Parts: sequence; structure tokens; C-alpha cells
Amino acid sequence: MSADALDGVGGGAAPVPAHPLNSGDAAPVSVVACPDGPLLIRGDFQLVGADGSELPRTRRTVALCRCGASVLKPYCDGSHKLIGFRSDP
Amino acid sequence: MKQPSPRGDASALLLAVIGETVASQEESLSRLDAVVEASLARTPDILHDEDLQLTLFCLYELHYSGIDEAGDDWEWNPHLLGVRQRIEAAFEAGVRAATVVGTLPAATSEAVCAELFRLTGEDSGPSMSRFVAKSASHDQLREFLVHRSVSQLREADPHTWAIPRLTGRAKAALVEIQADEYGNGLLPRMHSVLFARTMRELGMDDTYGAYLDAAPAITLASNNLMSLFGLNRRLRGAIVGHLAAYEMTSSQPNRLYSRGFTRHGYGEDATGYFDEHVEADAVHEQIAGRDMAGGLVESDPHLLGDVLFGAAAALAVGSLMTVHIMDAWEEDRSSLRTAGAMAS
Ligand code: FES
Repeated sequence: MSADALDGVGGGAAPVPAHPLNSGDAAPVSVVACPDGPLLIRGDFQLVGADGSELPRTRRTVALCRCGASVLKPYCDGSHKLIGFRSDP
Repeated sequence: MKQPSPRGDASALLLAVIGETVASQEESLSRLDAVVEASLARTPDILHDEDLQLTLFCLYELHYSGIDEAGDDWEWNPHLLGVRQRIEAAFEAGVRAATVVGTLPAATSEAVCAELFRLTGEDSGPSMSRFVAKSASHDQLREFLVHRSVSQLREADPHTWAIPRLTGRAKAALVEIQADEYGNGLLPRMHSVLFARTMRELGMDDTYGAYLDAAPAITLASNNLMSLFGLNRRLRGAIVGHLAAYEMTSSQPNRLYSRGFTRHGYGEDATGYFDEHVEADAVHEQIAGRDMAGGLVESDPHLLGDVLFGAAAALAVGSLMTVHIMDAWEEDRSSLRTAGAMAS
């Protein structure tokens, strides 16, 4: 997955801006590195492109592709299973 | 749902009984026992038995949207519950006989998740999604929607029965998935609403049960399976495994289904349902495998076998349904019971 996708992830030092899909009071963000699959991101976060503009997002919890094969990047579309992606080094 | 047409002695008598008041039906109820017993004794294959699957479907339907002309007080009628249990016992035995559960993994979240991905990744017979993407005719797209409409016009409902039966991590995961299924509060994004829009785009009636008479036994069986697992607390592991398998076999097929509708010139109003599932289910399958199924097994290790059984049963019955449809299509026949039900 590309660095720009990760840019918007995380609560960090700056307060997370209001987002219709966020819960209001900042909830801690968790990123689950799913074995042989995507990065699953939960909590209050913003997903922005390299130019800082928000990427289209319709659900609170998202899966970001890290195999490179998704046609819905930055989101996972399940293609990692077809290409036999392995997350172990 | 409107009253379906009976498919044999048992469904005919059941539909006649529930069309009347409870008080007036004592005699007919005893007769229903005998008729159902006889049908159960006779059937060579309950999964493909039109009469018994419809009877079970109607008994379950009393817990969902109800059946026109059947009073709501039939829902918890002890006699009907007894009939349902007898059919359920035979149905469950039939499903278990058709299902192979392999060696159980360790009772940890990651091991359960990995085993579910392995199981659902195995190639199992013909692919309906590839056929729909490349070759299905317009009539076959409509047939496909008829089969799917039985579950998709109330998508997620059978799995919702499990919510109060789970706790902790598994419950949070199930609710997270279901909230997404129901559109996160946005009606136009509710999956059943998206499916109804697809049906309307193809000029079809999106009323629940409009095409039920056309749906063959195996299509009803795949729905009855979810109700069996969802409505029986002892099978809570199985309903969880069923949902996990369902989510894990969804993203790629839905992408192909979408392609089939695009190939016939349909736009976003028809493909939106399928496109939404590609992205949604890539999220859901992770939550379902690790947090819901894995979480349930970690909190209740003795449910491990049931979770795997539920997943394997979903795949087994799903592939029987695919075989039924593809066998018909390969011979250029309709896969429906009554092709007339499809007239536009
Ligand atoms: S990680 Fe799922 S498609 Fe790339």
C-alpha cells in the first residue's frame, strides 16, 4: 500500500477533525495487520490522499490493501487471496 | 409475504391451517403431525424435497415477515413448534450428512480465522459467478436474482438472531458487521434496499416472496439453513461459522456478478449492490474470521466444532444450489420451478 494512504491514519498529537463516520469523542485508532491480508483500521481517523483531500469512505472500519492487487485501492477487495499474498517476510 | 402455492401434502395442509384461527384447527393440527411424519419417512433427500423445504420455510416465515392471512398468534403455537422441530431434526441430519468437517484447528482466534480462510478458499465445483460475468443471458440474470431474492431482500436478518446469544468480542464484531449490512443508519445503503433496486432495474417485483413459487427446494434449503442455525441457541456456533463463510466467499464473486450486469448494459443502479459487497465484505471477512468466529471460540472453546460445521454447511449447501442452477443453465433449461413466474 502507498504511504499517502497511511498519512491520514491515526489520532496522533493533532485532534481528529469531526468526521461523519467518526464517533465524536476521539476513540483510539487500532490498525490490525491481518495475516496474509489487509490492514484493518478501526476508530476515529481520517483517510486522505497525498494532497490532503479526503478519500471517499463509506464505512467506519476500513481494510487497506497491502498486497498491491486490489482494484479498489487504497481499499482491499479480497484480491490478496487470489494472488496468494503472504505477509510473513 | 403472500401465501405461496403448496408443493405437496404437508405444505398444503400447513397453509390451510394457518389461514384459519388457532381455536378452529385442533383436528387439522393432529393431522399435520401425521402428514409431516409420513413425508419425512418417505423423502429420499430432504435438502431437495420441495414440499418439506417449503413447509419448513413457511414455519420459519412466521418469525420473520409473517404470511398473509396467517394470524400472528401462530408464531409461538406449541403444536407448530413441534412440527418445526421434527422437520428441523431431519433437515439438520441431512445437512450434517452432506457436510465434511476436517481436522479442527487450535481454539485460538488466529488459528480459527486461518482455517476458515483455508476452507473457504478451496475450489468447490462450478463457478456461477464466472458464468454470470462472461456468459449469462438476460433471462439468466433475472433467474439469478430470483434465487438470491429469497435471502437478499432481507439480507442479514437470519444472522441477527445470534446477537443476543453472543457476548464480548464476538458480539461487538457481529454487530459491527450487521450495522454495515443495515446501512449504518442510512436506508439507501441498507443491503436489502440495494438489492431491491437491482431487481427494479431489471423490471422485477421487489416485494418479499414475489417469486417464491419459482424458487426450488435447494434455494429454500439454503435459507432454511440460516434460520435453523439462527433460531436455535444450541447452534450459535454454527450461525457464526455460517456468516464467516458467507463473508469470506463474497468479495470476488460479487465483482464478477457486477461485471455480468454491466455486460448487459446496466449501470450503477443495478450493479451498486454487488459493488458495495466487494469492498464491504473484504472488511467483513476479516472481522468475521478473527473477532467474531475466533473471538467466540476463544471465549467458549467447546463451540469450535460447531463454528467449523456452520462454515462447512454454508459451503456445502451453497454448492448444491450452484450445482442445481449450473446444471440447468448448461442444458439451456430454466433453473426455476416455474419459468412463468418470470414473465415481465
Ligand atoms: S490486501 Fe486485500 S486486495 Fe490487497
